[in-house]
Amino acid sequence: MLYDVLIGPFTEFEFMRRALAAVLALSLGAAPIGVFLMLRRMSLVGDAMAHAILPGAAVGFLLSGLNLFAMTAGGLIAGFAVALLAGVVSRATDLKEDASLATFYLASLALGVTIVSVKGTNIDLLHVLFGDILAMDDQTLLVVAFNATLSLTVLAVIYRPLVIESVDPLFLRTVSRAGALAHLVFLALVVVNLVNGFQALGTLLAVGLMILPAGIARFWSRELTGMISIAVASAIVAGYAGLVLSFQTRIPSGPAIILVSALLYVVSILFGNVRGVVRQLFTAPHLEA
Amino acid sequence: MTMAAQLQFRDVTLGYDRHPAVHHLSGEVAPGALLAVIGPNGAGKSTLFRGIVGILKPLSGTILTGGIDPKDIAYLPQTADIDRSFPISVFDFVGTGLWRRTGLLGGIGKGARREIAQALVAVGLSGFENRGIGTLSGGQLQRMLFARVLLQDARLIVLDEPFNAIDAKTSADLLELVRQWHGEGRTVLAALHDMDLVRDHFPETLLLARGKVAWGATPNVLTAENLAEARRMCEAFDDSAAACVVHDDASEAA
Repeated sequence: MLYDVLIGPFTEFEFMRRALAAVLALSLGAAPIGVFLMLRRMSLVGDAMAHAILPGAAVGFLLSGLNLFAMTAGGLIAGFAVALLAGVVSRATDLKEDASLATFYLASLALGVTIVSVKGTNIDLLHVLFGDILAMDDQTLLVVAFNATLSLTVLAVIYRPLVIESVDPLFLRTVSRAGALAHLVFLALVVVNLVNGFQALGTLLAVGLMILPAGIARFWSRELTGMISIAVASAIVAGYAGLVLSFQTRIPSGPAIILVSALLYVVSILFGNVRGVVRQLFTAPHLEA
Repeated sequence: MTMAAQLQFRDVTLGYDRHPAVHHLSGEVAPGALLAVIGPNGAGKSTLFRGIVGILKPLSGTILTGGIDPKDIAYLPQTADIDRSFPISVFDFVGTGLWRRTGLLGGIGKGARREIAQALVAVGLSGFENRGIGTLSGGQLQRMLFARVLLQDARLIVLDEPFNAIDAKTSADLLELVRQWHGEGRTVLAALHDMDLVRDHFPETLLLARGKVAWGATPNVLTAENLAEARRMCEAFDDSAAACVVHDDASEAA
């Protein structure tokens, strides 16, 4: 019985195995990026970027269907255009970068939805907005795995300047010019991972597999390596459980995965090791030194 | 024998949005100097330091750093822009001081780890290696920043109000490090407010009040007249100020 629910779908159906491989790859790529987004107080920037890249991804989608290469290229172009425009406007005028980003991403989102709805069908729009991991083919799976590998490798290369820039940007500016570059490359990784999540989770929820696992990890570890490991692990658990939930019920895979993540997040808030609610209620006596 | 200057200011004006904070400063700092930079709040000390380390471009004039690489300058800002909630240990934080040697991908081997540990011992933070930086007190944080400066092994060290809001014991310990750096022939500049400390430990002083009020041997600079003149410094930030025209001979004659 338990075997039928938890393991059966994956031994029986190839599309479930592909979906599982895809969420494993997505978790490995996106969760570490999410930890840095959270620590750099950029959680909502990830969300804004997810909306901003829609027109580019939509154009890619319309030109070549759910082809992740085309969508990634389109998304990268749109994402960088919005990030650069927001940066330029905030430097050239009195508008702060967050306000400037907010206006551009909304315009970009409206443009993206317009492109999809004028040129495509309602089914296309639903597909782009919510994804369908169960319809993933081998080629798409390879692209997802490639993007995740690329993301992890590049993150490893920029890890040191990214950490220093997060904790002490002024110091990095005095010893190196790597800070600004690391920030830009990091933004590119955010876009790559967002687009990577499109097929599985859709444009609206792709950011979920970055931010929720990062939020979960904050409640279980005080150090960076621990946080990244826990974020990846919880993303994998949520991905697997979400797929099972989606298979057994009629909930679409994307929302199912994010809902399971949200559940893990609530559990972490309550029972987390690091300043979880319950732990704070039952505090042990203070120490001598 | 003349030695090439470690630092040379040539009619430097530094500021923000065209408003000068340091106005037409000229002068030289010799290699190995131990220079106190003093002056009231708003005198331009921090701005001058930002110019020296290259994070603020002069509005006019030039700052020459005697041919040393910008990476060979260690800078301790007045209000460190450190995110203390970031999950990084004291050991790893201090280790960032090795950036010049390790760069992006260079490994941190046994030797480097020993150096980091020694730097922590030197500032009195042994035993704090695995502590998160968010758990440190103000004085401990300043000790940690000094440990990083120590690891940077720089020829020019620029310290912006390093003893502010620090207790006497910590100040004394950190001052000892400054004297050690001076003894090793490094050039050290420090912005300070404690006149007794300057008198006792800094042979050379620059009294700044947007412009140079006095610069030279500390006893000659710290006179009542000079200090009174610095206090009169106007902190004006005039939105409608006219463009500054340097009065060279030609323009004065005109």
